[in-house]
Amino acid sequence: MHSGALARVGAWLHQDRAALTATALVAAIIVAPVAGLLAIAGSAQDNVWPHVVHVVLPNAITDTALLLLGVGLVVTVTGVVTAWLVATCRFPGQRLFDWALLMPLAMPTYIVAYCYVDLLDAFGPVQSTFRHLFGFASRRDYWFPEVRSLYGGIFVMGLVLYPYVYLCARAVFLMQSAAVLDVARTLGASRRAAFFRIAVPLARPAIAVGVALALMETLNDIGASEYLGVQSLSVAVYATWVNRGSLAGAAQIACVMLLIVVALILLERFGRRRQRYAGSARTHDRGSPVQLTGTRAWAAFAACLAPLALGFLVPASFLAREAVHLIANNGFDPEFFVLIRHSMTLAGSAAAIACALGFMLAHAEQHARGHALGAMVRLTGLGYALPGTVLAIGAMAPLVAFDNVIDAAMRNLFGVPTGLLIMGSGAAVIYAYVVRFLAVATGTVETGFHKISPHLEMAARTLGRTRIGALATVELPLLRPAVATAALLVFVDAMKELPATLLLRPLDFETLSTSVYGYAARGSFEQGAVAALAIVVAGFLPVVWLARTSRIPLPQDMTAPSGFTSGSH
Amino acid sequence: MVRGRLVARLVGAATLSWLAAAPALAQSNDVNLYTYREPGLIRPALEAFTKATGIKVNTLFAADGLAQRMRSEGVNSPADLLIAVDIGRLQEAIDLGVTQPVKSDALDKAIPAQFRDPQGQWHALTLRSRIAYVAKDRVADTDLTYEGLADPKWRGKICIRSGQHPYNTSLFAAFIAKHGEAKTETWLKGLKANLARKPSGGDREGARDILAGVCDLAIGNSYYVGLMRNAKEEDQRKWGNAIRTINPTFEGGGTHVNISGLVMAKHAPNRANAAKLMEFLVSDSAQHIFSDLNYEYPVVAEAPIADTVKSFGALRPDSLSLNDVAKHRKAASTLVDKVGFDR
Repeated sequence: MHSGALARVGAWLHQDRAALTATALVAAIIVAPVAGLLAIAGSAQDNVWPHVVHVVLPNAITDTALLLLGVGLVVTVTGVVTAWLVATCRFPGQRLFDWALLMPLAMPTYIVAYCYVDLLDAFGPVQSTFRHLFGFASRRDYWFPEVRSLYGGIFVMGLVLYPYVYLCARAVFLMQSAAVLDVARTLGASRRAAFFRIAVPLARPAIAVGVALALMETLNDIGASEYLGVQSLSVAVYATWVNRGSLAGAAQIACVMLLIVVALILLERFGRRRQRYAGSARTHDRGSPVQLTGTRAWAAFAACLAPLALGFLVPASFLAREAVHLIANNGFDPEFFVLIRHSMTLAGSAAAIACALGFMLAHAEQHARGHALGAMVRLTGLGYALPGTVLAIGAMAPLVAFDNVIDAAMRNLFGVPTGLLIMGSGAAVIYAYVVRFLAVATGTVETGFHKISPHLEMAARTLGRTRIGALATVELPLLRPAVATAALLVFVDAMKELPATLLLRPLDFETLSTSVYGYAARGSFEQGAVAALAIVVAGFLPVVWLARTSRIPLPQDMTAPSGFTSGSH
Repeated sequence: MVRGRLVARLVGAATLSWLAAAPALAQSNDVNLYTYREPGLIRPALEAFTKATGIKVNTLFAADGLAQRMRSEGVNSPADLLIAVDIGRLQEAIDLGVTQPVKSDALDKAIPAQFRDPQGQWHALTLRSRIAYVAKDRVADTDLTYEGLADPKWRGKICIRSGQHPYNTSLFAAFIAKHGEAKTETWLKGLKANLARKPSGGDREGARDILAGVCDLAIGNSYYVGLMRNAKEEDQRKWGNAIRTINPTFEGGGTHVNISGLVMAKHAPNRANAAKLMEFLVSDSAQHIFSDLNYEYPVVAEAPIADTVKSFGALRPDSLSLNDVAKHRKAASTLVDKVGFDR
C-alpha cells in the first residue's frame, strides 16, 4: 500500500514536472514587477505609512469601494440584461445589437471621460442648450448633475466596461440548454422566474469572470479617475509618489490595492466554486428565441440602445466630429501611419505572447492535481490590477537587471556591448502589456476549457494520443474561438493602454495613445481626436470579429453529456 | 498545428521589428532628452538647435517616472538631459541621484541666481506665475494677495484644480515657507470653504467655469491665458476673453513663480553636446520661441517678451528661493489631504 502510494506520487511528479516548471517560470517572469514593487515598498526611508493609514486610506478606500460597487452594479445589470435579451429574444435591431453592444470595449476610458466632460460641463453643448431652453442666465441658477464626480466616474466606467459582462454572459446564455429552461417553464415558472432562478444562477460563474475583469479595470484606472476628480486608490498612489516624493509610500498603497485584487480573485473563484457545466452546447438543444412584439419589443430595443449609445455612439461621434474638423483645417499628417504601425506592432506582439502563455497556463491548470500550480496561475493575474505607471516602475528594475546581465555577457564573450536591449527597444512595453493583460487571456481560455469536457482528452489519450497530441488534435481546435477571443481582448486592451506605454517606450517612439496623451497634456485634447478615433477604429474591427467568432457553436456531438463533469477533479 | 506556426511567425516578426526599432546605441552624437514637458512645446526650439549645430535631439516624453527610469537604467541610461516643469520634479531627480552639476559661465551670465541651483544641479529655462483669473464683468478688484483668497467675501466663488496637482503643491509649499504649517492649514481651510466646486479639471476649466458663471475667480498659471486667447478653437478664445488677470502677491512679498528647467543626467553619454543644448536654450532666440509659443516669461531678463505675455502685467516674482519651496512640498501635499481639500 505504502510503496504503491509512493510510486503513484512519483509518477505524478514525473508527469507534471514539465508543466509545473514551465508554470513556475512564467509566474516568476510575470510576477517580477510585483516583486520589484514589494522591494520598493519595503525600502521606505521616511515612514509615510501613518499618514497613509490615517489620512489617505480611509478616504481613498471609501471612494474606491463606492466606485467598485457602483461600477459593479452598472456592469452587471447592463451586461446581463442586454446579453439575455440578445441571446434569447428576437426584436428590432437584435442582430445588430448582438455585436454592436461590444463596441464600448474599443473606447479607452480616459477618452470617454474627456468627451463627457466636454459635452456635459457647465459650458458644454448640453448645459448651454438647457440654459437656452429654460432661460437661465448662469450655472448657479439651476441644478445639473456634475460629471466630474464619483457618480460621473461610475457612469463613464460602467458604460465602457459592461461589455466584459455582456460577452461572458451572452456566451453562456447562448449555450444554455433550452431543455433546462423548458422544464422550468413546464413546471409553471414564468419567463421572469426562469431568468432569475435558472438562467442567471447557471450563468453565475461566467458573470463573475466578467464582473471581476471590469472591476479590476476600474481599480487600476488612473486617467479617468484623476480627470473626474475621483479620489480612488490609484489617485492616492499617484499623489503620494509625485507630490510627496515617496515612491515607497506609493508602493505601499499599491500593495493595499493588490490585496483588493486578491479579494476580487477569491470572490470570483468563490462565485464559480463547484460550477462546471461542460457540454450541452449541441445546437439542437437550443430553444427557439422568443419573438417580442409591441411595447415589449421596443422596451428591449431601448434597453440595448441606451448602453450602446452612451458607451460608444455619443463619444465616438464626438471624436469623429472633432477629427473631421481637424483634418479639414490642418490636413492629414503622414506621421499618423507611423503611430498606427507602432501601436499595432506592440499590441499584436503582446496579444500573441499573452495568448500563448495564457493557453499554456490554462492547460496546465486544467490538468493540475494539487494546489501549487493553481496558486501560481492565479499569481500571474496580479499584474492586471496594478495602475500602469506603478506596474512600469516595478518592471524597470528587473528589466534593466536582465539587460545588464546580457550586456555584461555579450561584452565578455564577444566584446560587443548591447546596452539596454529590452528597455531601449519596444520590448519593455510588450512585456508590460503581457504582465498586465495575461489575466484576460488566461481567464478567457480557461472559460473555453470549462466548456469542453475533460473526457475528450481522456478518450484521446486512451486511443493512444500523447498529451501533446491530444492537445493539438482535439483540444486546440475546439478552443480556437476562446483563443481568438483572448487574442482580441488583449489586442484591444493593449491598443488602449497608456501609462506603461508612456513610461517604458524607447526614445523618439510614439504610439496612438501616447500621441493622444501628448495633446491632452497640452490641454488641447481635441487635437488628438484623429489618433483617438484611430484607437477606436482599430478596436472596432476586432470587436466585430470577436462577436462573430464567439457565437460559433462547438462542433456537434464533440461534447460529452453534461452531468459527468461537475465538481473539480 | 496551424495556429502554433502562426503564433511563432507573429512572434518572429515582432522580434525582428523590435530589433529594427531599437534606437542607435550610445555612440552617436545625438543628444537624448527625457522630458516631462509635452514635446510639441519644445520642438521648435530643438529644431532651431539642430539647424544651428547639426546635432540631432531625440526625445522621450512622459508625465511621470522619468527620473525613476533614469535611476533604473543606471550607467547604461541613454538620457543626457531631463527637462521638467515645476521645481518639485527637478528636485526629485536630484534626490534620486541621477543628475550631475553643470558649471557654465554662459549659463550663469544668462540666468539670474534666483533661478538656478547654487551648486549648478538645475537651471531654469522659463518662468510661469500662478495667478488669478477673474470674471471681467463681476469682479472689481485690481490687486489681490494669496492670503486674501481665504477671505469669506469669496465664499462659493473660487475655482481651482486638484490640490494635489504639482502647480498647487508648489504654491501651498511657498505659503508654508512664508507662514509655517499651522497658518497654512487655516488658510487652506478658508480657501476650501470659498470653492464653488470640488477641485478638478485643469487650469483652463477655471476660465471656462468663470464664463459659465460657476465661479468669479480661478487660480491658474499665467501662460494658459495666452494659450486660450490665441487658440484656434473659438470656445477657448471665449474663455480667455471672459477673464481678466491679476498677479496676486504674498503679503509683503511678490508673485509665486514656478519654472520649467533642466538637469544634466549623471551618466550622460553625450555630455558635451548636451551642454551645448543647455546654452542654446537660454539664448535670446530660443527664449523668444518659448515666450512666443507657450506664453511663458523668459528666464533671461533681457530676452524679448511676446506681446501677449506683456499683457499679463508686470511680473514681480517673490524672492523666496525655489529650493526652499521644494523643501516644503511634501508638507503641502500632506496638508491638502489633512484638510480634505479635494473632497
